[in-house]
Amino acid sequence: MPVEREQQLRLVSSEDIVLVRQAVRQMAADLGFSLVDQTKLVTAASELARNAVIYGGGGTARIENVNARQRNGIRVTFEDNGPGIADIQQAMKDGYTTGGGLGLGLGGAKRLTDEFEIESHPGKGTRVGITRWR
Amino acid sequence: MDRIPILKMGDLLLVTIQVDMHDRLAMTLQDDLTDRIVTARARGVLIDISGLEMVDSFIGRMLANIASMSRVLDAETVVVGMRPAVAITLVELGLTLNGVRTALNVDKGMELLNSLGGHQG
Repeated sequence: MPVEREQQLRLVSSEDIVLVRQAVRQMAADLGFSLVDQTKLVTAASELARNAVIYGGGGTARIENVNARQRNGIRVTFEDNGPGIADIQQAMKDGYTTGGGLGLGLGGAKRLTDEFEIESHPGKGTRVGITRWR
Repeated sequence: MDRIPILKMGDLLLVTIQVDMHDRLAMTLQDDLTDRIVTARARGVLIDISGLEMVDSFIGRMLANIASMSRVLDAETVVVGMRPAVAITLVELGLTLNGVRTALNVDKGMELLNSLGGHQG
């Protein structure tokens, strides 16, 4: 997929989660996403950014403007070098959490976006990618 | 800004969230409000979130926690001003904010609080 514009942010603290939200919002607004679509993508990104900070011990977020089949979209990829997820199917279920959260992060992020990919290697880390098309 | 101001009006506490809150700021607000309910002997809490561009599971949980804690402390919480795009997103995310009373705007929220506790505002 051709990438038109990209930005990478570090994810260490809870302030970084806010910066990711703002960067995703900015790109979505620039690309003319509707307010509802902007809000869905920003919310999904916030959930995944928090996962990377809390469970992944920090990581990165890459925000890209992608093009495919004459459609414009935003892909956000979160990577961490944390403990990884042993059972992804279980982790995707609503209400499942190993921390103090509500367990809505992964499942919720999937519902709020058009494409969702997750790859995790126990002991090595997790990569989650979400894409929302305009 | 490392604290969200809490205003006291009669026996009500008013909070207007106007910044994109990071998680620690949300936790601080939760703690501050719980303290203030007791020290101000408040009977109601009105939280205006019309300035919030998104509510994720963390902020949603904070709102639900404030509602539960205030109820235990004999005060009612009403959340007002949620933007339509935020409401649509919350439901899709899977958060229903069970136990959190909501109203369309500050006026309606005040009416609701007054009807619940018989305050003069």
